[in-house]
Amino acid sequence: MAGSKRVPKPFLTDTMKKEYTILVPDMLPIHFKLIIAILEEYGYRLELLQTSTRAVIDEGLKNVHNDTCYPALLVIGQFMEALKSGKYDVNKTALMITQTGGGCRASNYIHLLRKALAADFPQVPVISLNFSGLEKQSSFKITPAIALKLIYAVMYGDLLMLLYNQCRPYEINTGDTDRVLEFWQDKLSYALKHNKYFNTKKLYRMILDSFKAIPRTKDKKPRVGIVGEIYVKYSPLANNGLNEFLISEGCEPYVPGLLDFVLYCASDSLNDKRLYDSVTARTLMFDIGYEVLYKFQKQQIKVIEEHGEFFPPHDFEELRVYADKYINQGVKMGEGWLITAEMAALAETGTKNIICTQPFGCLPNHIVAKGMSRVIKQAYPDANIVAIDYDPGATKVNQENRIKLMLANARE
Amino acid sequence: MEKTYCLGIDVGSTTVKTVILDGDEIKSCKYERHFSKVKETVANQLKEIGEKYPDDKFKIMITGSAGLGIANMSGIDFTQEVYAAFVAVNKTYPDADVVVELGGEDAKIIFLTGGVEQRMNGSCAGGTGAFIDQMATLLGVTPDELNNMALKSTKLYPIASRCGVFAKSDIQPLLNQGAKKEDIAASIFQAVVDQTVSGLAQGRKIGGKVLFLGGPLSFLSALRKAFVDTLKLDDDHAVFPELAPCFMAYGSALQAADVSEPMTVKDALEKIMNAKASDNIVVSDPLFESQEDYIEFVERHKASDLKYEDISTYTGEAYLGIDAGSTTTKLVLITPDGKLLYNHYCSNKGQPLDVITEKIKEIYSLSGDRIRIKASAVTGYGEDLIKAGLGIDFGIVETVAHFKAASYFCPEVDFIIDIGGQDIKCFKIKNNAIDSIMLNEACSSGCGSFIQTFAKALGYEIADFARIGLFAKAPVELGSRCTVFMNSSVKQAQKDGASVEDISAGLSSSIIKNAIYKVIRAKSVDELGKNIVVQGGTFLNDAVLRAFEKELKRDVIRPAIAGLMGAFGCALYAKEKADDEFVSSILSKEQIESFSYKPSSAVCGGCGAHCNLTVIKFNDGRRFISGNRCERGAGIKKTDVMENTIEYKYGLLREYESIKPDKPIAKVGLPMTLSYYDLLPFFHTVFTSLGFEVVLSEESSRDTYYKGQQTIPSDTVCYPAKLAHGHIMSLLEKGADFIFYPCMSYNVDEGGSDNHYNCPVVAYYPELLKANMPQLNDDNFIYPYLDINRKNHTAKALSRALKKYGITKDQVYGVLNKAYSEQVRYRKKIEAKAQEIILEARKQGKKIIVLVGRPYHTDPEINHGIHKLIASLGLAVVTGDSVANLSKVPELDVLNQWTYHSRMYRAAEYVTTQPDMQLVQLVSFGCGIDAVTTDEIRAILEEKGKLYTQLKIDEINNLGAAKIRLRSLVASIEEKEGK
Repeated sequence: MAGSKRVPKPFLTDTMKKEYTILVPDMLPIHFKLIIAILEEYGYRLELLQTSTRAVIDEGLKNVHNDTCYPALLVIGQFMEALKSGKYDVNKTALMITQTGGGCRASNYIHLLRKALAADFPQVPVISLNFSGLEKQSSFKITPAIALKLIYAVMYGDLLMLLYNQCRPYEINTGDTDRVLEFWQDKLSYALKHNKYFNTKKLYRMILDSFKAIPRTKDKKPRVGIVGEIYVKYSPLANNGLNEFLISEGCEPYVPGLLDFVLYCASDSLNDKRLYDSVTARTLMFDIGYEVLYKFQKQQIKVIEEHGEFFPPHDFEELRVYADKYINQGVKMGEGWLITAEMAALAETGTKNIICTQPFGCLPNHIVAKGMSRVIKQAYPDANIVAIDYDPGATKVNQENRIKLMLANARE
Repeated sequence: MEKTYCLGIDVGSTTVKTVILDGDEIKSCKYERHFSKVKETVANQLKEIGEKYPDDKFKIMITGSAGLGIANMSGIDFTQEVYAAFVAVNKTYPDADVVVELGGEDAKIIFLTGGVEQRMNGSCAGGTGAFIDQMATLLGVTPDELNNMALKSTKLYPIASRCGVFAKSDIQPLLNQGAKKEDIAASIFQAVVDQTVSGLAQGRKIGGKVLFLGGPLSFLSALRKAFVDTLKLDDDHAVFPELAPCFMAYGSALQAADVSEPMTVKDALEKIMNAKASDNIVVSDPLFESQEDYIEFVERHKASDLKYEDISTYTGEAYLGIDAGSTTTKLVLITPDGKLLYNHYCSNKGQPLDVITEKIKEIYSLSGDRIRIKASAVTGYGEDLIKAGLGIDFGIVETVAHFKAASYFCPEVDFIIDIGGQDIKCFKIKNNAIDSIMLNEACSSGCGSFIQTFAKALGYEIADFARIGLFAKAPVELGSRCTVFMNSSVKQAQKDGASVEDISAGLSSSIIKNAIYKVIRAKSVDELGKNIVVQGGTFLNDAVLRAFEKELKRDVIRPAIAGLMGAFGCALYAKEKADDEFVSSILSKEQIESFSYKPSSAVCGGCGAHCNLTVIKFNDGRRFISGNRCERGAGIKKTDVMENTIEYKYGLLREYESIKPDKPIAKVGLPMTLSYYDLLPFFHTVFTSLGFEVVLSEESSRDTYYKGQQTIPSDTVCYPAKLAHGHIMSLLEKGADFIFYPCMSYNVDEGGSDNHYNCPVVAYYPELLKANMPQLNDDNFIYPYLDINRKNHTAKALSRALKKYGITKDQVYGVLNKAYSEQVRYRKKIEAKAQEIILEARKQGKKIIVLVGRPYHTDPEINHGIHKLIASLGLAVVTGDSVANLSKVPELDVLNQWTYHSRMYRAAEYVTTQPDMQLVQLVSFGCGIDAVTTDEIRAILEEKGKLYTQLKIDEINNLGAAKIRLRSLVASIEEKEGK
């Protein structure tokens, strides 16, 4: 549908893309840097926004219905702040936003963003990054080649994040882990740009070795799992630097990787087939996609296990088994059953301390997070789960207090 | 000889507590309110201790919500307060099962036996000490007095305690209707208990030996009593330790024993005093740069003032205007040429009728025989009562009153913003008529009374508090959310070392930001137009006014009588309406001298709703009844009420219950909740055709909600979802063999949309019910995943789900067509009925309201009879889904992917083609998806010159705000047509 005349919808044409800077919201700094490197190879010029001033929230409150979830408010606020900052030529700037196409509000972010732009920046094109065939005219053309590269970026990003969190709390010389992370971000960006990223096994091992080489203490710190709504879970802007906070509190954060979410989305059509006998043209494509992705994950896990130094991510098929104990995989809006499964998997594999991050009033989370914690608690009585709400009004002190309470329990 | 003691310091949101331990012995224990001077109060207590123990060493541990910052900055050890309580309880009451602790702003429960679990209130939860303080302020008493009043109560009213603002909207109408304060006081405490039991325990039973801790529980006996009664505890099982107020401090003193390095109090004091405030407070520019700026500002606003006339010498006619607001009462008396003879502005002290009666007496005595009140009008929450009691001639809606008054000062006015004690009202004026109205929703109330509450909490009179903010050097940014959130922001600012001056100025600008960005939702200042008039008592506060001008970057008009504008508008209205022959019905001087009244309460027996009525008997024998939702309660006979599709739909759905097969295989229960309000005809037909007897759950009521309340895991989910728990209980009571409640990601595809999802809550609520209601198991709760657009799949999935009853796929397949047809027939019936109603309305010359919302807004407990309210204003009502078929989906700027919402867009499009129709959208509180739909529907309507009216509804029964909106809508329609 073309939409009404109330809201302009400029597109970024191929001829324009060379002159335009595309702004990318801050969600997963490690991954997004790699993704940017890839897209730049295709002639786009991108810039990751990392502003985190109060003005971001204020712009969000001004430009988005205040009952909209916090991620939309932040993403749009961050864009608006950037456009108003004078740092960018607003006639040569476009915005990129992701879209999943599921039954939760997130698929509407792009529309809310356009509405926000309508008054002051009607000329700014918005580009959708999605795999669901939405927004055909204004989405990135994801060719199979780009898709594959993006997947690699996710895999490498996940590994870096995983290892970073397992080293940083224990590093003896401050800054070591950050240096290793930076080194690999640069190296992998280069590799992805120059098509030198296929030998995953070799690269994985090299990455593992360089993290292993960081001098670390031997003390055992409580491992704290972070699950929840995808944006709030990852974005330091949204979760008030939760990862850093946990490290400063003497914990080892464990954040499930982005690949889980990608697999979760890919498994959707599998589940639809199973539940509703729904087979479409896309089903087959997704089936294959899922198989490929899952193989990738298996391989990464295997390399980490063989290497022996670090704790590997959860196997996605195992996550699906955990999910089945508590919730149907038909729950597919937002992060759906994945949150329940991640909580269960963490509890099962010995990470008893779990923080479930959620935007205040997140609809799917009523069901999959708050709604499932009773049964998970029943199954794992010593699981220490705390749900933290994030929104523009919630203060850091309140959130940190809750986390501290959980940590006090963790140290018992 | 010097000794080493343990010192626990508990710095809470409102108080500082210290406990000194010598081994196991408690040497001292102190409890003090800090009025936000956190550091100072801690320092004072330490000084006192230092004087007593100058040379001794202390192992120190800090705890408490405001203590974290101090601990971090000073390097003194910190322990989490719930954990401190846990340690203290283990030491003193090892046999306790549950601990309930209420603090200033926190509520906590620790379950000790059967799996240790500690819980704190969420960031959106009232039901705490601050809530009680706030409510006491509202009633104009101290918390102690509130306590004493509560002990004398005879009945309880339901009050929401989820957050202070909600409770206020429950209490205010009770007050205005004359309910007894004693009963309200007790209801407030009961609300706190309910909040704790349902909000915190969330399904876990509070039983065994229960320990009650924290300030409010130690000082308020009525609160203790409410807890003990509700939890049915005897003396052995309800423990109120003497040390309760200082228990956390005690716990942290116990933990301090593990601190490695003892220090003298002097050292500790030094550390705390030298602690640097962290720089994470965000500050903004001062309100005024200089004294000159301020003087210029004051002079400018002096220009907007009325002329005065001396009431003691004036002779002639006069017009009386009364604004019986939620917390304040305003009266003005003007001459026919608009000169002010008399004005009064005061708190209504919860008894508006008394205050107004007094003031009218005063006016009469000042007027002597010279002045005759030609006509009078009243507006505000107390309108009906005042009008009935004192014989006031006209009752008008607030928005109209304010518009009248504003245009007196600025005939070109484009925008009016009124911030009163309880509400923010904003309206745009176009073509000399109110074009759109923005009111604060229940959640963001807390406007004038909000700053007042803070002033009190910080130990200031409101006027002084506002004044010190004027020249604050660095006003703190506090965000723009509701009071409860604001409390935490203030707490954080204090923690970070902000001064009271900076907080005062910061609060003023918070109120403004809340109004502009949350209520008005302005994207740019230009949207508000050129001529802006501000009014309402809150704007008399120069700091607020200045903050507003600064935020808008333009000057606005504030009449000197900003606080009296409602009343002034009433007086102007009265003048307009009264022609030469008009004689006022206001009580005469003699009548008012002898005027008296007596309130009593009653329960209406008119129908199943059992409304709590307040009956006021006036001395001349007249009665005024309030609290009733429909005419019946007021003793008025129903006359010729028009049909509406809400009741028609509900009736149709209920009728299905009577259709039963001869020899049922089993009894299946279908809960009358969420999606069943749409698809009951389909599922009912499937089951009865397969030979099952279908039972429906009871008609929703507040009691239905209570039945399932304890199993609700998420207290911020919408009310319709919360009710589902009660409906499950109802079906179990009715003896259903099993409950059938499918999960449905996909709703029916009605075409024309991008997708046809259900919202996540509607789609998956059965999962949540299964996981949280211990009564349910795999046998008695069947919840397959269905997509009824797929016939083959539906047959397969249903037969699999009903295998136990020997149902085959073919059997299901065989009845599905009948079920699909039934669903269509049901829809056609509603559509036909809508046409009948529209035809009839047009015959009678009535305007038609298309009420859009969700199917479950048909539930009488969810819609609170809003359609009746609309009907009572002389309008006909049809629902959006009954006319949605008459139009195509318009061009949208959102992803149109939910079936229910798609219907709303179509209905909105249809309304734009019908001159005699307007749309009203019902939105359930907490419905995130409507954040998307409301703006879109507004855009569709406004583009074609229609008015947009949104009504937010939740468990709160009070339709006050809805009434203002609807009456304003009617006034706007009339004005538009008059032109």
